[in-house]
Amino acid sequence: MTTQSTTAQPYLVVEDLKVRFTTEDGVVRAVDGVSFELPRGRTLGIVGESGSGKSVTSMAVMGLHARGKRTEIAGKILVNGKNIVTMTDEETRKMRGNDMAMVFQDPLSALHPFYTIGRQITTAYKVHHPRASKEDARKRAIEMLDRVGIPEPHRRVDQYPHEFSGGMRQRAMIAMALVNNPALLIADEPTTALDVTVQAQILDLLTDLQKEFNSAIIMITHDLGVISQIADEVLVMYAGRVAEHGSIEQVMRSAQHPYAWGLLESIPSLHGDPEEDLKPIKGNPPSLINVPSGCAFHPRCPYRMMNPGPCDLEVPQLLAISQPGHSVACHLPEDRRVAIYTNEVSEVGVAQ
Amino acid sequence: MLRFIIKRVLAALLTLVAIDVITFVMFFAIPSSPAEANCGKNCTPETIARVNHYLGVDRPFMVQFAEFNRGIFLGRDVDGGRVLNGKPVIDHCHIPCLGYSFKTQEQVTDVIGRALPVTTSIVIGAAVLWLVTGVGLGVYSALHRGKFGDKFAIGVSLVGTSMPVYFFALLLLSIFVFSTGLLPYPQYTSIATNPAKWALALILPWIALTFVQAAGYARYSRSQMLETLSEDYIRTARAIGLPARTVHLRHALRAAITPVITLFGLDLGAFLGGVAITETIFGMHGMGWASVQAASDLNLPVIMATVLIASVFVVIMNVIVDVLYAFIDPRVKLS
Repeated sequence: MTTQSTTAQPYLVVEDLKVRFTTEDGVVRAVDGVSFELPRGRTLGIVGESGSGKSVTSMAVMGLHARGKRTEIAGKILVNGKNIVTMTDEETRKMRGNDMAMVFQDPLSALHPFYTIGRQITTAYKVHHPRASKEDARKRAIEMLDRVGIPEPHRRVDQYPHEFSGGMRQRAMIAMALVNNPALLIADEPTTALDVTVQAQILDLLTDLQKEFNSAIIMITHDLGVISQIADEVLVMYAGRVAEHGSIEQVMRSAQHPYAWGLLESIPSLHGDPEEDLKPIKGNPPSLINVPSGCAFHPRCPYRMMNPGPCDLEVPQLLAISQPGHSVACHLPEDRRVAIYTNEVSEVGVAQ
Repeated sequence: MLRFIIKRVLAALLTLVAIDVITFVMFFAIPSSPAEANCGKNCTPETIARVNHYLGVDRPFMVQFAEFNRGIFLGRDVDGGRVLNGKPVIDHCHIPCLGYSFKTQEQVTDVIGRALPVTTSIVIGAAVLWLVTGVGLGVYSALHRGKFGDKFAIGVSLVGTSMPVYFFALLLLSIFVFSTGLLPYPQYTSIATNPAKWALALILPWIALTFVQAAGYARYSRSQMLETLSEDYIRTARAIGLPARTVHLRHALRAAITPVITLFGLDLGAFLGGVAITETIFGMHGMGWASVQAASDLNLPVIMATVLIASVFVVIMNVIVDVLYAFIDPRVKLS
């Protein structure tokens, strides 16, 4: 997969990323060996349940983890060729908001309640443009608000977050993230707090902006519907590891990992039998302090192979399968996975 | 905005009227006889009756109440029963007349006029000190959570909150005045007469109040700050690349300090009415001291006055805090 020769390096390269937190109860292995690449102009969707490590990964890319005795980050995160992991805090701070920016889940709590929208956007602009005048920064803020589709930006710029509606707030948040033209935008469940119609508008906006600025986007979500609308590639994460990685087509139409099947099956379908119950994934996400041995998913996996192993003994490697660009971490033989998918999973509704 | 302020002030006035009535009822309806308390060894019923008439407490309750309140707004003439050259002496009690001290026969406003500057000197000076040290310590602790500095500050403030002010005040006196003689025994001097002496006398009361109060403020602002630091908008502030200092002092402190300011306003109102223990220990004749004296002498007009003035402070500070809050927090709607 990582056979680069003379081709330009992708804007973001994450290699064998490990993030561990030491707590009183033990070591939390939040991210355990995640690798992916993302060139400009492409969107990577990261899916997984809460605690799968998707947010921790994105925070690590932003350099937002407070480093110290309790937090250990290993591996490589190359943003535009510069390694975030080995940088000083001051160096990452200068890149934050400038080279990479982030949009958060709940825009009401993610915006400061005591400052106007305009002030928050100009602050974001002036951190990285210290020589910009007040008027320039304000003009830029209004321009950005206008760009993300906020009506009457001249008036809106002086309003407080609580005077905006949910969707408008998220637009303002996006305007704030994009004010410095970052090449990488990380959106952490940006539509979860919004209702469905607004959700679609925000996703459209992100797609438009991506075309305009040629930015790389990481879309973190647990919603496969959102992923299927916006992503080019999907990374399915489970217990801090990558379970499956492939193009949107590959993962949505020929998923190979039992966990990905579980996610697909738990989506209600418009075409399915309305009387039929959804099939949730049984059990709970594992504790990241005591991750199950072998494949972390094996206690919940209906197809596990045990007595003797290997599912409870060996951690499955993320291996490329016959389709190029598609890789899966599962001990099941590929022909068996294809058979299970075609016979059992593809029948069930998938977001079209 | 103006409407909000007017409404708030009207409500405050109503509160004051209620306090006026209740205090009056409380002190005049209880079976106490200042005449008996003050008439000495050879007390006869005639003396008591004469003193009661002289003090004006033999009149009906409603008359006394109306008289008292008329005095505050209009002033009044008081027939003290004294006779000079065959004519009764009428004393004029100026606006705002709060009556005459049963004990010293002077106008209560004069008593207050002496006591109030003492209390305001102690309280305002100490308030500035405790706000700055308390919030400073709390913010420092929050930003160094779990480290030595935090644990030390929390330990000190635990001592501060659990130590009664009279103990700490006596400790200060015994260290700085009686043992080492570093400071003279506090004697209040007006700031207008001699600012240096004024400050010198107030150092110990300031330290005493600051220590006890700052401890609480440190704990409160620490917890407010920690709560704010875990807010999403602080993460946003870091995500846009703001330096840590700006994130902490502009974004976190701005939100964390708001409830602290409210508490401060209310505390200030309560303290301006008199800090009896501190004043008494340091021999400062302020409002608290005056009210303790008046209570033990059954000096009703002075008691009445100190209670009323204390409640005026509390009510005024409440209004100020409300209005201020609307300025600090844009989410508070003023209508």
